[in-house]
Order: sequence, then C-alpha cells, then structure tokens
Amino acid sequence: MVEQMSPLGDAYVPGSHGNFADGTGVKISLPQPGSIVEATAWPGREAALAGAIERVTGLSLPHHPGGGVVTGDRSGFGIGPRKWLLTDAAEGLAETLRDALGIENGTVTDLSHGRTAIRLEGERAEWVLAKFFALDFSSDAFPVGSGRATMHHDILAQIQRTGPSRFNLYVFRTFARSFWRVLCHGAEEVGYEVR
Amino acid sequence: MLISCPYCGPRDVSEFTYQGDATRTRPDPASADAAAWHEYVYERSNEAGPHREFWQHAGGCRAHVVVIRNTVTHEISSVAPARGDRI
Ligand SMILES: [Zn+2]
Repeated sequence: MVEQMSPLGDAYVPGSHGNFADGTGVKISLPQPGSIVEATAWPGREAALAGAIERVTGLSLPHHPGGGVVTGDRSGFGIGPRKWLLTDAAEGLAETLRDALGIENGTVTDLSHGRTAIRLEGERAEWVLAKFFALDFSSDAFPVGSGRATMHHDILAQIQRTGPSRFNLYVFRTFARSFWRVLCHGAEEVGYEVR
Repeated sequence: MLISCPYCGPRDVSEFTYQGDATRTRPDPASADAAAWHEYVYERSNEAGPHREFWQHAGGCRAHVVVIRNTVTHEISSVAPARGDRI
C-alpha cells in the first residue's frame, strides 16, 4: 500500500499556536477532498455543463460570476467565464463527470493531485484572509457558497466561502507548504489551532 | 490602478498581465508582404491618451479582456471580454 503524504511535510503541526492564551481566533485544517476538478464549457454550452454537473453531483450551480453551492460532501463555484471548480470527498469525480458531459460540451480536468485545499474557520477568519487578499470578505459582498479567484503575491488562490465564518482555499500543491507557512504566520496574532 | 474585470469585478493591476496593443490588425496569414508584417509586428503609434489594449486577468479568472486605458492619466474607460462573448 502506498503511503499518502501531505504536501505540507513538517510544516503541518497539529495543536494551538501563536497568541492563543485567550482562545484561538481561527482553526486551520486540511479537508483533503478525494476529487478536485475544473470543468469548462465551450462557448454556448454552459447549460449542458451545468446539467451534467447536477446529474453527477446533485449540485445546482448558480450562473452568476463566482456563484456556488456547498453540500455535505461536495462543493462547486465559478472561477471564471464558463469555468467551475468542483470538489467531492470521494475520488473519481473527474471520470464520472467527463463521461456525463461529452467532449462536444466542454472539458474536465482532474486537479485532485495538483491542488491542495486549506480550510480556515473561526470568528477571525475574515480578518486573517483580508491580510492576504485584496477582497471584501464581509458576508454581504462574499456570501456563503460563492467563490473568488485571486492571488497572494504570485500564488493563485481560489477561495470559496463554505459557511458564515468558514472558507476553503485551493492553491497549487507545489506552493502549498509555502502558502501554509505564511497563512499560519498571519494567524499568529489571533491565535490558531491546526488540526 | 484598478481594472474592473467583467467576471471578477475591480481588482488590483498586479493580478493582470499586459498582452499588448489591441489596435493592430493581423495581415492575411498567407501574405508575404514584408512591409505589412513589419508594421504589424514592430510599429507602434505610442498614443498619449485613450489606448485600446489586451490584458489577461492571469491572477484571477484568467480571461483575456480589452481595456481602454488613458496612457497619460491611467484612467480606464472600458473593460470588455476579448472574445466578445457573455460573461
Ligand atoms: Zn477576472
């Protein structure tokens, strides 16, 4: 059996860190979804892609830019014109969706091993994220389910709000350790728990 | 400088990559007119004022956009999808 290794290596240290004497402001964790998939529709085939996504995942994705939804095991949000990022706790979503979509309607790219998902949650989550990204993280501007594609320095980050004070960040796996370290550093002042 | 991406909304210019002058028209690919190709590849009018140019939102949705930017003031008067389709 092949051992699954974390891309974070020894940077992943469970426990409380930073200024946590009065409690931790955020929790940082690794959801490790089995599938991370980018799906793109050819121009004019958005409805076919949305239909295939709904048949395969049950996710009914809103069509406005950055619109998305989260269910128990699955999530999806818009990351660009005609493009969505989808996750599933189970492996194999790319193959299933590719078969359901058909190449005449669009493309499905399996990024499960190319991205790392990082979850940030807690009452100071908006505060910590606002240090890194020039986005409005208030829930009026960034409602639950919706997503944004942005970057921190040159590290592309796709961010979905999955709860009132919970976000999932998807970064390139090769940059995940570096990004994790800087995220933890930024969370030190509010105290953070890794788990 | 902020560029209002048609998909993402206003974002810092650091998320965008300049892709060049959007006023040029490519000669017929079958043409061997050296003067026309020279003009297309090398000649730029270096406008002072509103300028039509390609940018890519590389640090965001990755869409290519056509921006009209005043090269004197950096005021941006228009941003539209480069391929002209809906967002
Ligand atoms: Zn954009």
